[in-house]
Amino acid sequence: MFRLALKSLLNRRGTVLLTVFTIALSTALLVGVERVRSEARSSFASTLSGTDLIVGARAGTVQLLLYSVFRLGEPTANVSWATYQQIAAAPAVAWTVPISLGDSHRGYRVLGTTGAYFEHYRFGNRQPLAFAHGEPFAGVYEAVLGSEVAAKLGYSLGDDIVIAHGIGRVSFSNHDDKPFRIAGILAPTGTPVDRTVHVPLAAIEAIHLDWQSGTRLPGRGISAEQALTHDLTPRSITAFLVGLKSRVATFQLQRQINEYRGEALSAILPGVALQQLWSLTGVAENALRLVAACVVIVGILGMSTALLTTLNERRREMAILRSVGARPRTILGLLCLEAMSLTLAGIVLGVLLLYAILAAVRGYAASQFGLFLGLGLPTAAELYALAAIFSAGLVAGMVPAWLGYRRSLSDGLAVRT
Amino acid sequence: MNTPTATVAIDDLRYAWPGKPALIDIPHLVIGAGERVFLEGPSGSGKSTLLGLLGGVLLPDAGRLAILGTEPARLRAGARDRFRADHIGFIFQQFNLVPYLGLVENVTLGCRFSPRRRQRLGARVNSEAERLLGALGLDVQSLRHHSVTELSVGQQQRVAAARALIGAPELVIADEPTSALDANARAAFIELLFGECGRAGSTLVFVSHDPALAPLFPRSLRLTDVNRAATPAEAA
Ligand SMILES: Nc1ncnc2c1ncn2[C@@H]1O[C@H](COP(=O)(O)OP(=O)(O)OP(=O)(O)O)[C@@H](O)[C@H]1O
Ligand SMILES: [Mg+2]
Repeated sequence: MFRLALKSLLNRRGTVLLTVFTIALSTALLVGVERVRSEARSSFASTLSGTDLIVGARAGTVQLLLYSVFRLGEPTANVSWATYQQIAAAPAVAWTVPISLGDSHRGYRVLGTTGAYFEHYRFGNRQPLAFAHGEPFAGVYEAVLGSEVAAKLGYSLGDDIVIAHGIGRVSFSNHDDKPFRIAGILAPTGTPVDRTVHVPLAAIEAIHLDWQSGTRLPGRGISAEQALTHDLTPRSITAFLVGLKSRVATFQLQRQINEYRGEALSAILPGVALQQLWSLTGVAENALRLVAACVVIVGILGMSTALLTTLNERRREMAILRSVGARPRTILGLLCLEAMSLTLAGIVLGVLLLYAILAAVRGYAASQFGLFLGLGLPTAAELYALAAIFSAGLVAGMVPAWLGYRRSLSDGLAVRT
Repeated sequence: MNTPTATVAIDDLRYAWPGKPALIDIPHLVIGAGERVFLEGPSGSGKSTLLGLLGGVLLPDAGRLAILGTEPARLRAGARDRFRADHIGFIFQQFNLVPYLGLVENVTLGCRFSPRRRQRLGARVNSEAERLLGALGLDVQSLRHHSVTELSVGQQQRVAAARALIGAPELVIADEPTSALDANARAAFIELLFGECGRAGSTLVFVSHDPALAPLFPRSLRLTDVNRAATPAEAA
């Protein structure tokens, strides 16, 4: 019977192919949405680990998380250096990593920090940063590149780079009088670190000595060497990461920072902030899923329609099968089998299509959105979606099958042609 | 009254389509083993309906209809389909072939549903199909690679005859198989059908609205004569 169903489908390959392709596309869409969603979540979640608090100027939890860790958006205000020093010295604090943002290099964000960054920053499953080449910066005019920056821009150790003022991709005001020598290149992490240029905090201070509120002061050029003679202690930083000696102290310190009198500050727990982010994006995600599910339903209804329209042409065929002794049940089975094969073929093709698309766009997604799409086997949630599509296909295939069955019962052998 | 070997035995058979007046009312009809019977009746007189009853696809409202001593009405649905597969071969007026099956596959289709026919043929299912096609005047080798929809109507009817005959069923029922053929082809087709029915020992019931075919058959009946339900208006 399977061969019979297969041959009958092959006989109508035009419509069959279209139907299978429709189901394949909708399957790829639904599973693709699911995959992008879960990969986005897991890649966000694995960007920062081992940090107990993130502290910045008073801002929304999600906003602070986005600009400090994901380099998305702009900080509204800074944290003064004195305040930073004071909190860093608190007895509960094990380590801190200061972060200073605002400049860029050919579209990549420049992050001012200290050696503590390379020591304490953790991503994924508490993995430390590793150097592919070189070592942390030692001098003021030295930079450490994320792996993607080095790979995309073709830099190697010892090259000089110039930092642009501001974060635009094309910037007309460069700090070209103070070039940086590349001291190290980090190993890939699959996080925004790969797309970051790291320089010492002192360098951020140095290149802005002769700047005031966004423009270079005319006639007050300070050369790179001259700058080194100035006091390069930063006046402020954008935010800082805090690691605690004991996590028990987390909430207490968070409250203390939030109630800090000298300055309006926010301290956030990365995990809690991510949860808030998810609840924000959840609505959009669900809308996307709903649309994808609708597309699947349309695809499956299309299959139903295609099967239904062929039923009339196939009345003769059914009568012939009945005349040689096929039971009505056999005919029901035959039609169900066709719907099942169509759905299954659509699902398999859809999954293959999805992997092909993922393989094609993953480079782009990683570089443009920092979204690292895996090509792993379908996850449980994806398999669940596939099973749902399959069952929907079966149910939708039942309708024409049942009609064909009823009709072949009432037609008997005498079909008017 | 009925000989135990009668292929078809009918007593007081009545049938009406739901919501319609009685269409079939046959007091008595016996067709013996090996007979070739021509059943003539005008369009709408219930020929196809009667054949549906013979094939066990329709069930009588009243009376008794036995094929080879078995009453299909007394069988369960599955057994009835199986009985048809095992003992009856059908040839229809037109469009007899399953378009997506090949020439030989169309012939062996009946064997798929009948273990009994398969058993009778043993391993020779395909070679018997080819023999039958050859005997019915088709060149299997040259037609093999064509779709069955490309065959002429006459050729299609021969393939249908081969399918009805394969595995030597006791009863072959032909429902106007020649109405799309010209007079010469008609006579030739009926000759071939007789030959193979004789060889297989099958009884042949052949219905048509065309009285001109009657002389070709040893026995011919008019449905309007055997069927009490036929009104003079319909018979006209
Ligand atoms: N499936 C059906 N449902 C309801 N009524 C039917 C059905 N098939 C046939 N009939 C009715 O039964 C009557 C006889 O039909 P039948 O097909 O048996 O005639 P026929 O002698 O074979 O005619 P023809 O020579 O045109 O094939 C017709 O009036 C038809 O309307
Ligand atoms: Mg008819």
